[in-house]
Amino acid sequence: MKFISSAVLIAALLTPFAAPAHDTWLLPSKTVLATGQWVTLDAAASTLPFIKDHAPLRLNDDNLHITAPDGTAVAAQNLATGKLRSTFDLQLTQDGTYKIAVIYEGMMASWQDGDQRHRWPPRGSRFSAEGLAKAVPKDARNLRVTQMIRRMETYVTAGEPDTGALKPQGHGLELVPVTPFNDLYSDEPATFQLLLDGKPAPNQTVEVIADGVRYRDAVNEITRTSDKDGHFSINWPGPGMYWLKTSLRDDKATKPASERNLSFTGILEVLSP
Amino acid sequence: MRYAPLSLLLCLAWALPASAAQLDLSIEIPRLSVAQYHRPYVAAWIENDSRKVAANLLVWYQQDRPGESANAEKGSKWLPDLRQWWRRSGRALSMPIDGVSAATRPAGKHSLSFRLGHGDLPALKPGQYKLRVEAAREEGGRELVDIPFTWPINATRTVKAQGNSELGAVSLTLAP
Repeated sequence: MKFISSAVLIAALLTPFAAPAHDTWLLPSKTVLATGQWVTLDAAASTLPFIKDHAPLRLNDDNLHITAPDGTAVAAQNLATGKLRSTFDLQLTQDGTYKIAVIYEGMMASWQDGDQRHRWPPRGSRFSAEGLAKAVPKDARNLRVTQMIRRMETYVTAGEPDTGALKPQGHGLELVPVTPFNDLYSDEPATFQLLLDGKPAPNQTVEVIADGVRYRDAVNEITRTSDKDGHFSINWPGPGMYWLKTSLRDDKATKPASERNLSFTGILEVLSP
Repeated sequence: MRYAPLSLLLCLAWALPASAAQLDLSIEIPRLSVAQYHRPYVAAWIENDSRKVAANLLVWYQQDRPGESANAEKGSKWLPDLRQWWRRSGRALSMPIDGVSAATRPAGKHSLSFRLGHGDLPALKPGQYKLRVEAAREEGGRELVDIPFTWPINATRTVKAQGNSELGAVSLTLAP
């Protein structure tokens, strides 16, 4: 039951849930830096990546995880929640690659009671098996308990890229670099590997969207599918920030959930050569 | 008299270590009429055909000033703006580097000489190389000029290239 007790449902998350057209994003000010420099990051949910027109992410110690190159946890500085985006700062005191992750884990139940559809727990409350047992009426129909693991990550590097902070956790969908995350150039294809519970995730569809959607007529998303080893490659159309996402539903849930809702969102910067 | 230059060459060859090669580099920083001019950061290095740095020649940037407060913005902050140099070697180096890093220079022609295989500069193995000169300027642009060459050479050779924005004429004279 350890997992459930640590599982938290985040109020802000319910908004993107209720309207699945909204996706979350992180936007670092720079990704390739010298040691000692500061970066500032924005985090929000919107229909298209990097457009600040919908809602901030409610970030806190439960869902925001920054890992330094030596593997230790780092706290965000100046965390603030605005109307359209949240923001925080990070100083790169170590040489190497930092991982900034926003992880939403939790469980949610839904059922029919007469004509009404119910969801539990309510916004901002924690899931617990005991609480669920009390909340669901005996004659509830179509009771579904869903576990979710939504992982969003971006990476910034002081000096040379390394992998100390990038050790996969073996839990949910994760991205592993083949091409280093902060060594991406518009004239070179990049290769990454997708993992599901720490094992290669084959046949996953990955959607890639370049920044600047507002200044073009179409989203121009790129779609890639991971091969049998979970690898996929991207030929970048140009330098800039990129948002990529892959998601999956399966039945390998932790009880009392019966299905799992997983996603990985990555934000990467591609430089011009 | 026909043999004089040859004998002179032989004498020189005798005097220098077998691997020491002379490399004369001229870099022009163009005079720009802009409202806010800052001297550019400039890096020059030699890269082999697998894009590995064979020799770091120079990095001109705003070095830390003595007595600078701890909160002052350090000049090294903008080194990643020399983005090819940063990728190929800068990000793995700890600054300053003796004999390589120096203060920024004003507009004009700057002549520099290097002896490969001498001091900290390694000798070049036979192969295809590129001299790369990169400049990045605050409130300005960034430019990269390449001069390809083959090593070793039999006779002194000068190769020229021309920048368009942040660099002017770049010339490299190689002597065996």
